Parts: sequence; structure tokens; C-alpha cells
Amino acid sequence: MKNAPIWLAATAILFATATAPRAQEERAEVIHWWTSGGESAGVRVIAEAFEKAGGTWVDNAVAGGTNARTAAINRIVGGNPPTMVQFNTGRQFEELVDNGLLRPLDDIAEAQGWKDVLPPAILDAITRDGSIYAVPVNIHGTAWMFHNAKIFQDAGVTPPTTWQEVIDVAPALREKGIIPLALGGQPTWEHSLFNAILADEGGPELFRSVYGEGDSGAVEEDGFRHVAELYGQMRDLVDPGSPGRNWNDAVALVITGKAAMTENGDWAKGEFIAAGQQPDADYGCTLMGPHAPMLIGGDVFVFPVIEDDAVIATQDKLAGLILSDQVQIDFNKVKGSIPVRQDVDVSSMDACAQKARAAMNDPARQLEAQELLSTPDRTGATRDVISQFWNNKQATTDDFVQNFADALDSTY
Amino acid sequence: MQADAAALSARRRGRLRREIPGALALAPTALVVLVVFLGCMLWTVRLSFTSSQLLPRFDFVGFEQFERLLGMGRFIVSAQNLVIFGVLFIAGCLVLGYLLAVFIDQKVRAEGAFRSIFLFPHAMSFVVTGLAWQWLLNPELGLQRLVRSWGWESFTFDWLVDRDMAIYTIVIAAIWQAAGLVMVILLAGLRGVDADLWKAAKIDGIPTWRVYGWIVTPLLKPMIVTAVVLLAISVVKLFDLVVAMTHGGPGIATEVPAKFVMDHLFERNNIGLATACAVMMLITVLAVLAPWLYARTRGGQRT
Repeated sequence: MKNAPIWLAATAILFATATAPRAQEERAEVIHWWTSGGESAGVRVIAEAFEKAGGTWVDNAVAGGTNARTAAINRIVGGNPPTMVQFNTGRQFEELVDNGLLRPLDDIAEAQGWKDVLPPAILDAITRDGSIYAVPVNIHGTAWMFHNAKIFQDAGVTPPTTWQEVIDVAPALREKGIIPLALGGQPTWEHSLFNAILADEGGPELFRSVYGEGDSGAVEEDGFRHVAELYGQMRDLVDPGSPGRNWNDAVALVITGKAAMTENGDWAKGEFIAAGQQPDADYGCTLMGPHAPMLIGGDVFVFPVIEDDAVIATQDKLAGLILSDQVQIDFNKVKGSIPVRQDVDVSSMDACAQKARAAMNDPARQLEAQELLSTPDRTGATRDVISQFWNNKQATTDDFVQNFADALDSTY
Repeated sequence: MQADAAALSARRRGRLRREIPGALALAPTALVVLVVFLGCMLWTVRLSFTSSQLLPRFDFVGFEQFERLLGMGRFIVSAQNLVIFGVLFIAGCLVLGYLLAVFIDQKVRAEGAFRSIFLFPHAMSFVVTGLAWQWLLNPELGLQRLVRSWGWESFTFDWLVDRDMAIYTIVIAAIWQAAGLVMVILLAGLRGVDADLWKAAKIDGIPTWRVYGWIVTPLLKPMIVTAVVLLAISVVKLFDLVVAMTHGGPGIATEVPAKFVMDHLFERNNIGLATACAVMMLITVLAVLAPWLYARTRGGQRT
């Protein structure tokens, strides 16, 4: 009996190989880029639900969204597609659809009544030529203002709720030696701040015509100029160390009380949670502006076309699981986003998630993030223009408007 | 006559037999060069004349992508940056590397240790170099803050976040990384200089610096050319150092063509524009190489 462990191990191996063929029938290979703490906890929720339902999850995490998408596209084009691929909600995958490389999901959507439970902006974003091509997972609010509650208490000023107030409270904060606005000094975050102001001060209509239709005429009107001027004034609110800074370092400045506010997506909440802070007590989250629209983005999964009934059945199962109530709530709690299904009960989620849901309940406040409206090419070109303007204090609103219009005209 | 012809063909066969193994050994390399390098190059040129976005397309849009490229502020800035970086980086590395080599050549004690210290930066990747220098040059974390904490309150060194100066911080980091390599190459050259030459110069009473300047340096020409070629390659490839140090910022102040290509290829779904930029890079390299190759072949004929 001294050899018992060996026998046990051998039996286990035999057992494992014996059951392997059965498991292989429901084998899902998934390419995604969820590698950070909160993200990989999120993907585990989906993987565990799938394995509980009898499948085998083959995790293929590639660090970095661009890298993951490139890897997936190369495999799809090369004829060896994975079962499921992550994308951002938006127009990243539309050319794959046009080339017939992604599977339409209309039958599943019909059977599960997606049209009744998903917000229209998200439905639009996953629909192309009348068919649905992706399973949405979550909704991220991409434009939140986070502030350090204690700093505002000490300085005796109320946290701002409009962009003009952000500028107005700055002197009082600066007097105390505090950076008014912490910003990740990379083009993405400079762009994010601009879009937040454009959405609130310019309004959803302007936002959609600029980014959705690439209307360079709209850029020259007063509404856009007003946004550009406000944005230009924000340049004085950040500290000199901002250029090049990572977004999470900017959030850390707010957490540690060196800066009063930072603008970012709701994923920044993860940093506050990790630092042991409570929403509405230690830190506050605000949707800024008079009309406070919620800029919505998020993640989706798409299914490459694979001519194999077993694979198709697996894909069906995954699609159903991702939109099930349990996965929706468990996943979004750890990821920091809110459920994409409007009928899921979010009362167990935190204060910021409640605010997000309240905004989502009003269709007039739902506004698509830029990625849902414009092509990556247009997003990138406008980002270059915005980042140049932000980093050059001599640049005038006129230059900016001119360059912005040129960028819209030259992109597809 | 017939015997002669038979002997000739036998000789030819013999030569052929000797050459076949050599040709076979070289065949894979030749194939790789033809298919991978030349093939990809032609493929890239072809794509730059299409409207390809996320996936390659094979339409033909003429010079549309090049027109857009040359009208883009970002491309112009990245081309200018490449020139600034290229000139200063190569010159800086040669000067600093040569001075280090001469210093070590003075029969200093613990020469091995110095050599290791000078070469050490080269063992680090550009990414690590970039991150380290990013911290050093960041006005809130690095040098500026250090000097200010010593009491010199007005000390300012914020090139990294200054849009006009940021490209020079990249030059500094790159020189720090590569000067050691130039030192090693030139030191090998210095050690190869005939000791009799030094003795003769000493007898003639020529000062050391003049020997270095007028006699030794011209002898080092092949090593200098090698160093320049190696440095030039890393100029064209410049990408990871920029990403690690500035992400191309502030704004687009430190953009370089390689980053332009990568961004448009993978992030911005614009293969057409990205390949157009790659073709422009290829043309630049050819423009630099052509006179050099021409000079070399001419030189070869003369000797």
C-alpha cells in the first residue's frame, strides 16, 4: 500500500483521458485581453459558469486589447478561428462582418428576447445590416468625474457638478497646495476628458453628428467652439508632471489626497476599491454637466464562423450564459461595470453603479461613446488633434477647430 | 580538338561538382531573402496603393494614401523627429563612445570593470532604458525634484514634458544606452593599432591628442563605419524607447514613423495608410544607402 499515491495518480490520469473526448465536444477557446486583477476575476466568472454547464474553457488571454484583436483576426483570416473573441462595443469588428467571417446571432437573440432587455444604443452597436453579430457583456460609463471627498470638505467647497464649476473651484484647491485635476497624460485620457465635455456641454446631438457622421461643418459652430474653449481652460488645472502619466497613477493622486479630481471611466472605481475606500464617503463619482448624459461603451464577444455543429452548439451555450442574470451580476460586480441587461436587479451593487443605472433608465441620457460611433481611423485622427491642442498652451481655439475639421474630412 | 573539348567539359563538370554543395547551402538563405524580405517588401508596396482598412484589400486607389500621409501633421512631425534623433544620436554615440574608448585605452586600472560598466546599459532593453529615464527626467519624481529638495528651488529640468524639448530626452536616453557598444567596437580598433606607430610618434615628440586625432582615428575608419551602420539601424527601428518614455507625447511631439505604422496598422484599422508610411521609410533608407553602396562598388573596382 506504499504505492497508493502512484496508483491514485495513474487512475486519475486514466480517468482524465477517458473523459477527454466527451469534454472536447464542448470545448470553447476564447481570446480576450482581460489580464488585470478585476478583469481576470471577471473572466473567471464566465469560465466557471461555462464549466459548471459541462463545457471545457480554454483560456487564451493576450495582454493588451490591440494585441489580442490582432491575434484573433490573424487566426480568423488564417482559417483557424477560436470559438469566441472579445472586442469592445463599437465598430472594431464591422469589416469582419462585411467579409462574412462572423456568425450572425439573430436566432439566439430572438429566442432570448435581447431586443426587450438591451438598451437601444448597445443594440445598434452590435447590429449591422439588420443582423446581430455580438453578445454584449457589460456597460462601462466612460466619462465619470471622481473626487476626493475629504479634500473638498477641508477646502470648504462643494464638489462641482458642471464643467464651469470645475474651473471655478480650482483656485480654492490650489491655495491648499492641491492639484485641482489629475489627468493621465496620454492621448487616450486627454481625449476622454474632451469627449466628456463635448457630451455634456455640446450635447448628444452634436456629439453624434461630429463623431458619427464626421460632420466638419458642425465643428465650426458655436456649440463646439464653446466646448473647445472650456477644454482649453482645463489645461491650467493639471500639474506639470501630467504628460505621459498612466491613468491609474492619476487616480492614485486623488486617492492619496494630492489631487482633488480625476476624469475617467468607471474602471477607475477598481483602484478606489483596492485602496479600501467607500463610494459617497471617501470618494464621490459624478456624471458631469447640466444634462449629465452617460457615455456608454463596454465589451462584447463575437463568434467566428465555424462549420461544425458541435462548435455552433457551444457558441449558443456561451451566448446564453453571458446574458444570464447570474453571470451578469457576478461579472459586473468584479469588473466595475454595470449589467448590460436592463432587467437585472442591481440593488446589491455600489452607489456609483446605482447612479449609472439611474442614468441608463432614461433613454435621453444614453449616449454612445465615440468608439460606438466612429471608425478606429477617425477616433485615432481626432485623438491626435485633441492631444496636440491639450499639450500646447499657445494653440488657439481657431487652430483647434480647423485641425479637427481637417481630421474629420480626411478619415473614412 | 575533341580531346580539348572533352577536357574542358570535364573541368566544367568538376567545377560544377565543387559548387553544388555551396549553392545548396546558400539556397535556404537566398530563398528566405527572396520570399520573406523581397516578397514582403513588394506586398507592402502593393498594399500602400489600396484602400485597405482592417483586412487587406486589392483595389487600386493610386497615390491617395500617400497624399493623405503627406498632408498629416503627425507624419511630418514623425519624419522631422527621425532626422533630429538620427543625426544627434549617431553623432553623440560616436563622440562619447570614442572618448570612453580612448579613456580606457590609457591603461587605466580595473579596466575590465570600467568596460563592463560602460557596456552595461547596452545589455538592457530599450523598454527598460525608457522607463528608467522616464523616472529620472520626470519633473515630479526625478532630477528636478532631487535638486530642488537640496535647496535650489528654481532649478528646472522639465524637457520630458516640454513639447519642444521632449525629443532630446529620447536622444539622451538612447545615447546612454548605445554609447557603450560604440566604445567596445572602437576600443577593439584602438587595440589593433600597431604599437610601433605609437613608439614612432613618441620619438618624434608628437603630443598624444594629435596622434589620436591625425593618425589613429583615420585608421579606425572601418570600425567607425561598422558602428554607424549599427546605430543607423536602431534609428530607423526607433519605437520601443519612445513608447516606454513618452508614448509619443506630449501631444504628438515625439512621434516616430515606426510608431505611426504600428498605430495605424493595429489600432486604427488603416493598413493602407500604415503601409504607405512604411514605403516612405523604405524610400528613405534606400536614399541613404544608395550613395554609400555606389561609393563602395566604385571603391571596390579601384582596388
